Amino acid sequence: MARMKFLCDADRCIECNACVTACKNEHEVPWGINRRRVVTINDGLPGERSVSMACMHCTDAPCAAVCPVDCFYTTDDAVVLHSKDTCIGCGYCFYACPFGAPQYPKVGNFGTRGKMDKCTYCAGGPEADMTEAEYVKYGSNRLAEGKLPLCAEMCSTKALLAGDGDIIAEIYKERVVTRGYGSGAWGWRTAYGDAINV
Amino acid sequence: MNMKHLAKRLAALMAVVTVLALGAVTAPTVAQAQQVNPTAQSVTEDKLFQALQGDQMVAGRVSIPDDKASGLIKPGNKSWAGTHTGTVRFLSIAAVVSAVVVLALFYMIRGRIMVDGKMSGIRILRFTAIERFAHWLMAGSFIVLALTGLNLVLGRTLLLPLLGEGTFSTLTVWGKLAHNYVGPAFMAGLLLSFLVWVAHNLPNKVDAEWIAQGGGLLKKGVHPPAKKFNAGQKVIFWSVTLGGAALSFTGVMLLFPTLAGTQADWQLYQLIHGIVAAVLSFVIIAHIYIGSIGMEGAFDAMGTGEVDLNWAKEHHSLWVEEVQAKSGDKSISTKGAHPAE
Repeated sequence: MARMKFLCDADRCIECNACVTACKNEHEVPWGINRRRVVTINDGLPGERSVSMACMHCTDAPCAAVCPVDCFYTTDDAVVLHSKDTCIGCGYCFYACPFGAPQYPKVGNFGTRGKMDKCTYCAGGPEADMTEAEYVKYGSNRLAEGKLPLCAEMCSTKALLAGDGDIIAEIYKERVVTRGYGSGAWGWRTAYGDAINV
Repeated sequence: MNMKHLAKRLAALMAVVTVLALGAVTAPTVAQAQQVNPTAQSVTEDKLFQALQGDQMVAGRVSIPDDKASGLIKPGNKSWAGTHTGTVRFLSIAAVVSAVVVLALFYMIRGRIMVDGKMSGIRILRFTAIERFAHWLMAGSFIVLALTGLNLVLGRTLLLPLLGEGTFSTLTVWGKLAHNYVGPAFMAGLLLSFLVWVAHNLPNKVDAEWIAQGGGLLKKGVHPPAKKFNAGQKVIFWSVTLGGAALSFTGVMLLFPTLAGTQADWQLYQLIHGIVAAVLSFVIIAHIYIGSIGMEGAFDAMGTGEVDLNWAKEHHSLWVEEVQAKSGDKSISTKGAHPAE
């Protein structure tokens, strides 16, 4: 089985936000929630870079460690998913996440925010694959259809890569060697404990 | 197409060619600039991480209308997760387990602390209805809060395997709601008990003597003098007051995150909340023990509000003197010292 990861090549990202839009559309994500976002660092300054960020599907995910009801699970593809039936909406996963991935449908007090929602790596949830029940809660399950996450698949500059960690790391290294520069695999050290060294 | 028009077009073409030619003259400077690595100044994650101090995050600008989404990476969140699943969980377990072990040992060695003289049958009022209301409002709500709070920290380890995911989730949802809505009752009880008891809980010389004699807890027949509250009770009072205030403040902040500020603030409040709750649980378990099975006659004080005169003389001698001086001794002696013969 593959170890699925995301990698955003910030030297290619043009901050078009198509990944954000595609994600919202693909999964009918509720109003106010963005499972993916594009953050621009040093905006307007020399060296400005944009990075598309979502749940990184961490190794030893801190959200899963702090969840009081243990609603997270990791698939065979190393995708971190959760059960909205079990989630109590406490917000601990949001405290723990280094990437701001967990979000809640309502702005409110502890426990009145509703069930947590986050990027599923287009892999649905605990319900049977590609069912209506799964779609309503988690959005589409492209992985079950043999496809990769839509955000990465439709990225116009191929800045956002999704797939097996070793393969996308290799693609990124090749790019860096070819063009002679690279601002790094953003979030990898925090999420997977290792950066890509070229 | 007439000639005039053609001439106009030719002129335009000439102009374009001229501009291009001029451009070629200035081109070398542009080309020189292009030879420089365009990413020489580009931000890298490594550099930003090095620049990070303390618990800050790498952040930028987002075009979606949500400023909170502008944070990119905040590695420090993992350390909160580590503390929550490590220190807080450990302290919660340690507080409960050590309290039970210490008290069980104490019970085995010292046994129940009995009234040395027999019960006199004379009852004197120790706590008024308001005092008892304050106490039980606080006590009842504390137990609900402590159990539902412990469930958030330990339920996953202890209850989840027993109940299964669905049942445990339902239980925890209700526990969380109870925790949220019972909180204000605890705060009300805390405030009320502070107001009615603070005057009796200021430390004084008598406390030093009480502490020097170990409160009479360790030896049978030893009864250091005490006023309405002895030094041990004062410790409980101040632990509950200060700990309760900390729990109330952090609790309100956690309930209304927008009041509290940023994510770092929530994390700090959550850690304080968890650690103070664990420490206070230890204190309260000891308090429940000594107020119930640990000491004969003690529960009456908060039960009916009236305690036996001999119990009071042994444990709160100075207070009894005060009460008797105030009431002129008569109300006490007529209350049942000499039942109808």
